[in-house]
Amino acid sequence: MTIDQHVTDSPATPRRKKLAVVGAGMVAHRLVEALVERDADQTWDIEVFGDETRPPYDRVALTSFFNDRDPDDLLLGDGSLWKRPGVRLYRGSVVSRIDREAKVLHARNTTFEYDRLVLATGSYATVPPVEGSDLPGCFVYRTVDDVAELRQWVLDREAALGRKVKGAVVGGGLLGLEAAGALTALGADTTVVEFAEWLMPLQVDRAGGGALRRIIEQLGVSVRTSTATSKLKAGRDGKVTRMQFADGERIAADVVVFATGVRPRDELARESGLAVGERGGVVADPGCLTSDESIFAIGEVAQIAGRVWGLVGPGYTMAEVVADRLLGGTATFEGADLSTKLKLLGVDVASFGDAFAATNGSLEVVYADPTAGVYKKLVMSDDAQTLLGGMLVGDASAYTNLRPMVGRALGSDPTGWLLPEGMEPPGAGAALPDDVNVCSCNNVTAGQIRCAVTDEGCTDLAGVKACTKAGTSCGSCVSLVKKLVDVQLAEAGIEVSTALCEHFAFTRAQLFDIVRISEISTFSELIEQHGTGRGCDICRPVAASILSTLRHGHVLDGENAALQDTNDHVMANLQKDGTYSVVPRIPGGEVTPEGLVAIGQVAVDYGLYTKITGGQRIDLFGARIEQLPAIWRRLVDAGFESGQAYGKSLRTVKSCVGQSWCRYGVQDSTTLAIDLENRYRGLRSPHKIKLGVSGCARECAEARGKDVGIIATDQGWNMYVGGNGGFTPRHAQLFAEDLTTDELVQAIDRFLMYYVRTADRLQRTAPWLESVEGGLDAVRAVVLDDSLGIGADLDAAMASHVDTYEDEWAATLADEAKLAQFVSFVNAPDTPDPDLAYVEERGQRRPADEAERAVLIAGASIPVRPTTEVTA
Amino acid sequence: MTTTTTTTWTRVCALDALVPDRGVAALVDGHQVAVFRLGGSGDVHAIDHHDPFSGANVMARGLVGSRQDVPTVASPMHKQSFDLTTGQCLDDADVTLRVWPTRVVDGWVEIGGGTA
Repeated sequence: MTIDQHVTDSPATPRRKKLAVVGAGMVAHRLVEALVERDADQTWDIEVFGDETRPPYDRVALTSFFNDRDPDDLLLGDGSLWKRPGVRLYRGSVVSRIDREAKVLHARNTTFEYDRLVLATGSYATVPPVEGSDLPGCFVYRTVDDVAELRQWVLDREAALGRKVKGAVVGGGLLGLEAAGALTALGADTTVVEFAEWLMPLQVDRAGGGALRRIIEQLGVSVRTSTATSKLKAGRDGKVTRMQFADGERIAADVVVFATGVRPRDELARESGLAVGERGGVVADPGCLTSDESIFAIGEVAQIAGRVWGLVGPGYTMAEVVADRLLGGTATFEGADLSTKLKLLGVDVASFGDAFAATNGSLEVVYADPTAGVYKKLVMSDDAQTLLGGMLVGDASAYTNLRPMVGRALGSDPTGWLLPEGMEPPGAGAALPDDVNVCSCNNVTAGQIRCAVTDEGCTDLAGVKACTKAGTSCGSCVSLVKKLVDVQLAEAGIEVSTALCEHFAFTRAQLFDIVRISEISTFSELIEQHGTGRGCDICRPVAASILSTLRHGHVLDGENAALQDTNDHVMANLQKDGTYSVVPRIPGGEVTPEGLVAIGQVAVDYGLYTKITGGQRIDLFGARIEQLPAIWRRLVDAGFESGQAYGKSLRTVKSCVGQSWCRYGVQDSTTLAIDLENRYRGLRSPHKIKLGVSGCARECAEARGKDVGIIATDQGWNMYVGGNGGFTPRHAQLFAEDLTTDELVQAIDRFLMYYVRTADRLQRTAPWLESVEGGLDAVRAVVLDDSLGIGADLDAAMASHVDTYEDEWAATLADEAKLAQFVSFVNAPDTPDPDLAYVEERGQRRPADEAERAVLIAGASIPVRPTTEVTA
Repeated sequence: MTTTTTTTWTRVCALDALVPDRGVAALVDGHQVAVFRLGGSGDVHAIDHHDPFSGANVMARGLVGSRQDVPTVASPMHKQSFDLTTGQCLDDADVTLRVWPTRVVDGWVEIGGGTA
């Protein structure tokens, strides 16, 4: 008889399907983000082809580039999306041809097969057929490169001409005013030329356009309406110098920006024979599917329901629809809310719903204040009850509250909503029906936000944002979300207090500052001067942590001893039966065989249960309080020190073996991990802190699950922050790239110290980052750019910690008074707790459960040392 | 018939051995008792060392504090607070710990046992 031996590969997994995304703009980014997030089984490999050299960026915020100066600030997400397995981004890669029959696309010199393809090529800026529009000095306003070239041109011309540059913008719409703002910011004398009778004719009416014009002219921008540009002329140097209008008038122009509209970039679709609309745009059905069932079109290149949707919001919705469809769903694009709210040249402009009062019998309620530069209009149904739309110029603060009310009864005198800024509209927030869509970016209704408070237990804005994603994209609805949350909390009777506990009316961060700027060095001074009562199990450990960070005392020094939770008090971890576990520090998880033997021998001698922890060290369970000093004497003698596994403090720096052994490692992750662990050991903080260092992108140390994660690159180290496991697992976000070791250490120093100073009690880094105003970007500015000017202070605070570190256990063993606290009974110091009972399991002991105890304890007599008795 | 109540006092430690606002465990007639010396007033309180919620003998290792004007200790296991003067659990009305009489004689802390 023979037995067949089957040698097989791992169980056959279905082939992963290939998705090609042509175009790498905002909508393409949203598609990849949505697909990656939902495609839990990774059924799709995604390749994205973008012709720009940058990863997807926030085109809507293009003008902010003039303020920030760094195009990378506009990048969408933290860049990690493009490093996900199965996702590739080809930058500067033009797709030249799609072979639909073979399902192959051609880009540069390569070809790529696809199962499905998504066209997300967006649109071109159009240039009108004006003579001279191709002269040097003429620009469009569409990409970061356009804007960068424009800026360079203005700066160069100003230097060459030795005077202010004269700029002209053709087009007085949204993009034109953006461009005018950019030119003005560069110091140019700017004229806006609009063919229609007023500015922003698509968004506001004649009166609104008039109000807008007055405000803009006050800012120093010239405006010409009802004006057609006919010709541009060059000077002797061949560069543009003059603009001529159809009425024969002329103005000087050293730079010209065309902002006259956009046209879908549909030529690839035309050449591949896909159906294209008469006025451009790839024809797609409500599922975003084109005339080829393997090809979708989304964003500004798509024509759905007979029109091209020229805003990013509808494009995002289409991206979500396609992500759903790729995973077998049946989502459809049902048109979109074209409401807009913008800040142009510092002027708020918003329009929503039926802004032009096209509805039969509609009534217009207008509030205009020319001196204040405000024009507001609500369009109401014929009975003046239902809001149909509106436009707001100069003050758009009511937009957030009004937009969700379109199609609904306003419930009160509409004029109340148009009152000057600062006056609360009647019933805002509380009056919103549950089904109203408050966050249109993420499709969150008022009801879902209320539900987050009542059913999910969220007690603040940050919690609700994390729970519902409301307000996490464009942020325009945040004030409304906050209002809804506040109202709901008040209704639920939840008082939102920032007080630490009944003894201190301060937050942890405020208490930290109080101690930092005062001479206070004990809890009794602190509570006497700034609190009431005796304190409690909440404020005492907080004070202990703050005093430790700022005054560096030993946990058992003086009054400190009465502030420590039992874990910190005995420097071990309390277990369910009242015994403790002991964790010696093993920096970076590196331990000698001799060290392992020493730990093992201690465990043998004291009968301790041993287990390897998730932090790459060894936990010894079942040590009684009176045994701790003897156990630690042995461990300290063997070269170990406290692992602070019991503290709200640095736990471990997990690492992979790195370059020193690993054939893939690109940096010495183990040495870095050991150095970092030795640097931050003993640092008391609002919650535990964990770090991880991986020696290459394979990420064996799971660094992105840590508060600070470090991943080696060819050039140095990438730093991630805000990751954790636990109840709500979080992936750390990219914080800085390609740092040298010195830069990295300084960045971690500042990040951790800023966190220690400002976070709330028991708040880990991820929720802390969410709670900081400005979020990750604000913390990055503080840490990397020293935006608050506290960098040197944070550096000094960390240096002080490093300089004053001492091993808590070694110090305790050297101090008889401290050792005196480690007794089981004050009148029988070495008598074990007679109630402890254990059973053996897999060769080690564990606490007996109820049933097991009944058997073990019955009849057992445990000798107790005699005590001194006196009789009264 | 008359009943006489005898309190047996057990001397457990010197008062100086108690760290203010911290507890120690003591054995009194085979019972495990948690003894606390409050900061400020210096009052000495004693309650059961046994934590009724977790079943472990740990009450002496809890943090001392106050709620309103009541001196408290919180179980180190799951943080339920108890009134040090009455033994009443402030987070669960059905749970009360035994309160042990205390006195300080010649600088020694004594716990009253006997009939409870």
